[in-house]
Amino acid sequence: MFQRLREDKALQGTLLILPTLAVMVGLLIIPLGLTLIISFGQRTADGGVIYTFTLDNYLRLVGITPGCGFKSECFDPLYANILWRSLTLALQTTALVILLAYPLSYFIARAPLKRRNTFLFMVLVPLWTNFVIRVYAWMMILRTQGVLNGILGWLANLLGLPFVPLEMLYTPSAVLVGMVYEFLPFMILPIYTSLEKIDPALYEAAADLGANAARTFLRVTLPLSMPGIVAGTILVFIPVMGTFIVSDILGGRQVILIGNLIQRQFLDARDPTFGSAASLILMVMTLIVTYFYTRKFGFGEEIVAV
Amino acid sequence: MSEFAVELRDVVKTFATPEGGKLNAVDHVDMHIRQGEFFSMLGSSGCGKTTSLRMIAGFEWPTEGEVFIDGQPQGRKPPFQRPVNTVFQSYALFQHMTVAQNVAFGLEMDKVDVNEINRRVSEALAMVKLNGMEKRSPRQLSGGQQQRVALARALVKRPKVLLLDEPLGALDLKLRKEMQLELKALQQEVGITFVFVTHDQEEALTMSDRIAVMSRGKVLQIGAPVEIYERPNCKFVADFIGETNILTGQVRSVDGTHLKVYVPDLEAEVSAVAESQFQPGQPVHLSIRPEKIRLAEERSLNENCFAGNVIQSAYIGSDTRVKVKVGKIVLKVWEQNHISTLDPDAYFQQNEQTWATLFPENTLVLPFEEG
Amino acid sequence: MNPNRRSPFVNLMTILVYGFLYLPIIVLITFSFNASKTNITFQGVVSQVGPLKMQGSLVVQSPCGPFHWFCELGKNKDVLNAARNTLTIAVTSTIISALIGTMAALALQRYNFRLKPFSQLSLYIPIVIPEIVMGIGILTLFSQLFTFLNSALGLTGDARLALGIGTVILSHIAFSVPFVTLVVQARLQGFDQSFEEAAMDLGANELVTFWRVTLPMLLPGVLSGALMAFTLSLDDFVITFFTNGPGSTTLPIYVYGLLRRIITPQVNALSTVWILLIFSAVFLLQRLQSRQA
Repeated sequence: MFQRLREDKALQGTLLILPTLAVMVGLLIIPLGLTLIISFGQRTADGGVIYTFTLDNYLRLVGITPGCGFKSECFDPLYANILWRSLTLALQTTALVILLAYPLSYFIARAPLKRRNTFLFMVLVPLWTNFVIRVYAWMMILRTQGVLNGILGWLANLLGLPFVPLEMLYTPSAVLVGMVYEFLPFMILPIYTSLEKIDPALYEAAADLGANAARTFLRVTLPLSMPGIVAGTILVFIPVMGTFIVSDILGGRQVILIGNLIQRQFLDARDPTFGSAASLILMVMTLIVTYFYTRKFGFGEEIVAV
Repeated sequence: MSEFAVELRDVVKTFATPEGGKLNAVDHVDMHIRQGEFFSMLGSSGCGKTTSLRMIAGFEWPTEGEVFIDGQPQGRKPPFQRPVNTVFQSYALFQHMTVAQNVAFGLEMDKVDVNEINRRVSEALAMVKLNGMEKRSPRQLSGGQQQRVALARALVKRPKVLLLDEPLGALDLKLRKEMQLELKALQQEVGITFVFVTHDQEEALTMSDRIAVMSRGKVLQIGAPVEIYERPNCKFVADFIGETNILTGQVRSVDGTHLKVYVPDLEAEVSAVAESQFQPGQPVHLSIRPEKIRLAEERSLNENCFAGNVIQSAYIGSDTRVKVKVGKIVLKVWEQNHISTLDPDAYFQQNEQTWATLFPENTLVLPFEEG
Repeated sequence: MNPNRRSPFVNLMTILVYGFLYLPIIVLITFSFNASKTNITFQGVVSQVGPLKMQGSLVVQSPCGPFHWFCELGKNKDVLNAARNTLTIAVTSTIISALIGTMAALALQRYNFRLKPFSQLSLYIPIVIPEIVMGIGILTLFSQLFTFLNSALGLTGDARLALGIGTVILSHIAFSVPFVTLVVQARLQGFDQSFEEAAMDLGANELVTFWRVTLPMLLPGVLSGALMAFTLSLDDFVITFFTNGPGSTTLPIYVYGLLRRIITPQVNALSTVWILLIFSAVFLLQRLQSRQA
């Protein structure tokens, strides 16, 4: 028995992977399969599920009212708008995060070796406050009597200008700021990792070959840091697509994203079939974006650098 | 005690290739390594030398055949049950242990008494001239020092056989030369059988009592350095060990060990000697070492002497390395610089006319090989 | 961006981004000393020490002085319960993930077996799908499974299977294991097998080799993987939100509940304590790790 185990490398490997594989299959693959099955089902009045095969949930998501036909008055863009809004917000967030993260990552990567860890550590500290607490902090900053309006009012007073507090909380911009804040560190770390790997001799070589600073950046630095940007984008775009707390707290009832939609189906509206369909659409959307993105630029090891 | 420290009897090791095929990394190998011998396996990468060593160590098991250590068949014994120890190419020193802990590890495994361990560890470290380094981490040592720790760690267990897998490969040239001599001296001092794997033919020639030349999983020739160099048994060995000129021709006549071979590229017959049997009409190769060809301004022998033209000449201090075009072929010739002079005429110059003599006793007949 | 001279643009952006990162933290900590109970604007700190005295919604005097809200927090049973749950869940799921994740990394890096490509691929699922998809999937699985088991086994009342701390721990393991595995795998990539072979060559059997050589070599990787799992678990809101049940409220869930009702500076005090605790924990761990390396 023991001799058999000693000689059979394949058996050893299988035994080692087994617990993890059980978790992955039991808690990821089977639940995803169940979600798929339920998304084709029908709800009962008390929030239960009748297992049938109907595309109604998916039709409603793209704006077609089931049983009404293909007339224009049957088109209800409510859910399609939510999908569109979630996608554009996620793209905006990702773009803004890249713009903010890149200079900082560059700064850290070019800092003296001794200080780099300290600078990185400083990026991580805000992450250790809780996700929910961070959103709450922005609520305190952005509300009408909040910190930001306080600072602006004080400045206006100093300059002798009239000041009316801005309504910032419960707007799409508030949600955008919150999202950018929540996910910024997840972009800084992978970009830093890829920038740090660049051999400084390459900069010298580029300068030696006559490239100015801008060209060096565009032709050397940026392409070589692409793996970091890709990894960061995956780490930012995907969670932004699925988050519902930021919009819930900073957007109030004004900014409804697909995450909010799904959450309500499972808790308030009690329609798990519709919620399942929405979450599968969400998954497909993120997978498509991730697929095209990584196919073009590759799936870097920077993803585990966080 | 068996006559042989290690024997490989008709050993085959088959690996699956990534393409789904099968490859005999070691292909019906027989090797009989004597007690106390410094034995080298020499070949380029992929020739099966490392796989053979790993089968002796127990990291791999033969697909067919059997490995014997000190007369005992090893079967599928794991490495920790075999009386051999290995010095790894990468040294594989445990980074989380000190030098002394590394060397003590094997003795701890054998449950040797603590005082005994301490005594033997300092003895082993003294042997490799690393006393005083006990508390260091392997990371703080130079490549040469790490190599010595690896050696001490393996030797401290007093194995029947010490296996060395290209242990000098990572060292720079000067240090490598020093270590070659030291290793050889160490082997003579401890009297343990060393099985040494290398791709460096000069290293093998310097250190070994006997060498096995391997290629594509097979042993081509086993012999003392002088035999391997002066009497290679095939074109591959002649070419791989040192440098040589290979001519191709056909046997015209056989007189004992003396043969006459017609070489089309020279449009002439060449006299040569053979170690094995050849028949008239058989295609063969001729091998002659560059340092064994004589260049002269005039014809010296009636046979094996060919007019040529120097097409390239390089002065490298001890020798002048010359390429001579003779008939349709170019011969490499190394002329020793006997006389110290600045006179350029004393050395061969490009476009010089010359006579190249291939002495028959230096010209070996070898079996014909395709390609 | 000239590499030899620092560009002023990069410097300015660096300062601004760090400012952006720290502004909310500073606000959070400052407001945890706020005298105002409504906590909308900062009304100064509680300056007097003595029996509790209120003026409208303003705390004028407290037995704890400026640390009034920290004391209130210490008396809050719900917070203490949530903190205990959070720690129990994080510690349990981290230990299990570190263990099975390290095993999986070894399997994937050192062995060949039929399920290997599938296993490797499955590890990327939690990274490429949004958390909420995972959360509702697991919720659906447990609710369907429990409904089925409860009726099949005839369980009633308190014996019924329901969402709780167990389901939260399981779901936390599910999202932590891939991170541990990938980190340990990356570490294993740096070591070829010759270290283990050397140990066996020197007489150590498989178990001794693992214990004396493989594990110590992997330890930094396992530790950083575990640290990551622990952080992810402490911070998780979405998956816990869907898989928790009565009695398994964690701190993030508790805070989320508060945000929808009245928010006193207690939440800020909680945040301040939280930041300080995690800061010192990570600081200690880093010290420990750098001393080992």
